[in-house]
Amino acid sequence: MINKVFPSADAAVADIPDEASVMIGAYMGPTTTPQNLILALRNRGARELTLVGVNLGLGGMLGAKPGGRYIDPGILLENKQVKKCITSWAGKLGGQAAPLEKAYLSGEVEVEIVPMGTLLERIRAGGAGIGGFYTPVGMGTLIEVGKEKKIINGKEYILELPLRADFALLKAYKADKMGNLVYRGTSRYNCPLVATAARVTIAEVYEIVEPGELDPDVIHTPGVYVNRIVKVTEER
Amino acid sequence: MKVRLDREVIAMRAGKELLDGWVVNLGFGIPALVCNYVPKGKTIINHSENGIIGYGSILAEDELDRADYDLVDNGGHFLTPLPGMCIVDGAEAFVMVRGGHLDATILGALQVSERGDLANWMTSEREAPTLGGAMDMAVGAKMTIITMEHTTTRGEPKIVKRCTYPLTAKECVDLIITDLAVIDVTENGLVLREKCPGWTVEEIQALTEPRLIVAKDLKEIEL
Repeated sequence: MINKVFPSADAAVADIPDEASVMIGAYMGPTTTPQNLILALRNRGARELTLVGVNLGLGGMLGAKPGGRYIDPGILLENKQVKKCITSWAGKLGGQAAPLEKAYLSGEVEVEIVPMGTLLERIRAGGAGIGGFYTPVGMGTLIEVGKEKKIINGKEYILELPLRADFALLKAYKADKMGNLVYRGTSRYNCPLVATAARVTIAEVYEIVEPGELDPDVIHTPGVYVNRIVKVTEER
Repeated sequence: MKVRLDREVIAMRAGKELLDGWVVNLGFGIPALVCNYVPKGKTIINHSENGIIGYGSILAEDELDRADYDLVDNGGHFLTPLPGMCIVDGAEAFVMVRGGHLDATILGALQVSERGDLANWMTSEREAPTLGGAMDMAVGAKMTIITMEHTTTRGEPKIVKRCTYPLTAKECVDLIITDLAVIDVTENGLVLREKCPGWTVEEIQALTEPRLIVAKDLKEIEL
């Protein structure tokens, strides 16, 4: 009988060591960001982390209602736990103070900037066992510097390499105890991708059901990729 | 100070370029306003990088009781659902972009060169880079429309011979719409098609670095 449920977010992140690489499947808003797991990782205090994701610290206000705020990966930066971020956006968005921008400008954090489509495809490739892929995106820009290039059918491409991580933290809508996940709306985004590309995938969910209650046709992330499930503590 | 077009009018003029049924991605800033100005009778399918296709307008401040946290665009704005809307994951959202399935993208710019090079993600090595999906959009979309002010806040041209800021993509821009002009990017150079009422060609040329070719049927920007 497979049961991947962990008793708490703290228990689920208890073995994340210093220097771990962590993919975070967050984007904008409280229902897409794994707030409980991020907070638990902050409390654990693991240091020298490498984070991978599309929103690694915009500040927790975008995608919230006015005056609202949610926990985002910025708290790990503010707690000086991060040495490197691999992401597509390191600055402000919407004029609001951004923890990642602050950490970057002060020299505390190294940032590798990747075009968003390339970042997502690198994560997909990482989970899919693909050794590398050619994309035309970034040709003629700073992005191509230092990378192999190839001309295929008369068009120039850059070789991009897969991304994998030790851990992935993500939020889903519902899980069954076998780890099958269902997302809701735009909270899906990059969660299915990071789920495949980490050695240990940890999902926080609003509801946990028995195997068989999720229709096989609508499962977005097979439980095969998921190692640990935690129920969230906050209301939707 | 001569009057220039405002952001809403630029967005409205950009909306005129979109054909019925087109799949379109809108960038941040003026481009995001375009979804409010799609001409009546036209159906535009909005695409957002975070994996939502066919959504409606952004909710206004007084509509936020309808806000759904699982229905946001890539700027975190709450959206109105529409019939026929669909959700995909992030990699699939970019299959649609990179695979050439977008009819148009509308983006802002720091600079556009006379060959249609685009720079819109960084002004100097010292500032935090903000790239997002702009490079993918510029390369993948069938048509790239730039909406921007014609000059910087210091009055310098943003349409230049060669971009001095780091490039987003080379030779990707098809059409430039500013608060002064509508300009086609062609093999032969930049063609001034339409101009802001009250401005002469010479005045617009004075604020544009490369030599503009004036269209034989030059007219005023109209909505």
